[in-house]
Amino acid sequence: MTLALSELSVQPSFLFAAGSTETALAFLEVGAVALGLALLSRLAARLGITAVPLYLIAGLAFGEGGIARLDVSTEFVALAAEIGVLLLLFSLGLEYTDVELRNGLKTGIPPGLVDMTLNAGSGVLVGLLLGWSWVAALLLGGVTWVSSSGVISKVLADLGRLGNRETAPVLNLLVIEDLAMAIYLPVMAALIVGGTFGETIASVSLALIVVAIILASALRFGVRISARVGSGSNESVLLGVFGLVLVTAGVAQLFDVSGAIGAFLVGLALSGRAEERALELLSPLRDLFAATFFVFFSFQIDPADLISVAGWALLLAVVTAGTKVATGWFAAARRGIGKKGRLRAGTILIARGEFSIVIAALGASLTDGAELGALAAGYVLITAIVGPLASRFSS
Amino acid sequence: MSANVRETKLPGVGVRYEFTSEQGQSVGVIVHHDGRREMLAYDLDDPDACHSLLTLSDSDTHVLAELLGTSNVTETVAEIRQEIEGLAIEWVPLSKASSFNGHSIGQGRFRTKTGASIVAVMRNDNAVAAPGPEFVLEAGDVVVAVGTHDGLQLLRTLLEE
Repeated sequence: MTLALSELSVQPSFLFAAGSTETALAFLEVGAVALGLALLSRLAARLGITAVPLYLIAGLAFGEGGIARLDVSTEFVALAAEIGVLLLLFSLGLEYTDVELRNGLKTGIPPGLVDMTLNAGSGVLVGLLLGWSWVAALLLGGVTWVSSSGVISKVLADLGRLGNRETAPVLNLLVIEDLAMAIYLPVMAALIVGGTFGETIASVSLALIVVAIILASALRFGVRISARVGSGSNESVLLGVFGLVLVTAGVAQLFDVSGAIGAFLVGLALSGRAEERALELLSPLRDLFAATFFVFFSFQIDPADLISVAGWALLLAVVTAGTKVATGWFAAARRGIGKKGRLRAGTILIARGEFSIVIAALGASLTDGAELGALAAGYVLITAIVGPLASRFSS
Repeated sequence: MSANVRETKLPGVGVRYEFTSEQGQSVGVIVHHDGRREMLAYDLDDPDACHSLLTLSDSDTHVLAELLGTSNVTETVAEIRQEIEGLAIEWVPLSKASSFNGHSIGQGRFRTKTGASIVAVMRNDNAVAAPGPEFVLEAGDVVVAVGTHDGLQLLRTLLEE
């Protein structure tokens, strides 16, 4: 991950200095932000939407050029945000069992390809129209490609559509997107590091090899690893899984493969009882750190930048809402589902969310990074709010 | 379980079973990963949409199955359940992809691996009670097993692979 990691200079004594006013101020600031976010997540629950767009707005308001600049200690927050990304990706990996992933691969390739071509294609195209570098344009493609499985599974459950026939192709599509990310993220991480053509080819291949090795061993030894870390007291499972996620992410990061993908693969590897316990124990931790990540992400965005790309964000949202509806329509039609069902499948896929922000954050160090971040934030703001509403009205 | 029950995997959620009743109504059941069962009725004018009738916990399901059930297997095993605390029963369908198709129960060494015992096999609506180790499993069989909750979970993963 590239979120200002270079700024991380850890000062161990800082937070523990008894009675220092700095510590008191830090507590007050972080506490006030947390309380604010608590209110926002309450509001989101009442509106029936995900809290992600509201967190982004909060970050905008209190960050760079916002209405009030909060002066929280950046090193501490940056590390917490990084951990948030890891835990987000980890719980995404937990969502599906390896059997489900294999089944998804069997049936889901054609709709997955349509999904990628239409949605990632539109993003890349807009990136190039904006005059960005190829890497930045490819990242924007990722932003528009991936639907938010978090938003979608919640909306499906809320609307009582889990049993609907079009739900199976929708969920299969999400599985395929997840798997595609296992290749996309490391490749992008390698491309961002850059270098000459030869060096890039070498680092991309290395990244893919590392992912293949981790993935193969995850599928091979998943059951054994799960048995090892999944037993014992809550405390030992929590620390064991958290440690495993961080260590794997660290190893992946050493190979320039992006730590996030390491965390994702740990999530894939865990199964059975370990998966259930990890989900139960780490969810609160994930919510805490992920909220930090979303706020910190938009904290660094200048609202002026956001306003200047607002038109593009809206255009992109309209175009890719159309392409997602087409994707869902196609995937559902293949299963012999009627027109109403196809429309429901299409509209539910519009919502983008956490993953799009993670992808945009990857590109923070690029020349076009600031614009990419602002555009992604605006885009997710629109689709995460409009998507669930559109799917509600489609029935 | 009759032959025209359609099974659909819902990644991240569980499995949905569905059949058409003799009166022409489509009925569905979602078995969630956490053991909850959700009963669904499909709309007549939009056969892809459904509404949830009720949600049952793991143990509610057994009660309802007993009330509805006409199978002797269900009744006898339910009696055993009442006698022994901590014992559960599970119906596990053998998928086409399962590597145990065409293998005998003895070859599968299920009891050694999971601690769960196969007490019956349902095939084409008939129940083969207390099948011996030489009994050969086929795709479409529904294995009825008794064991601890964890053991049955393990058996389910084995048979689905």
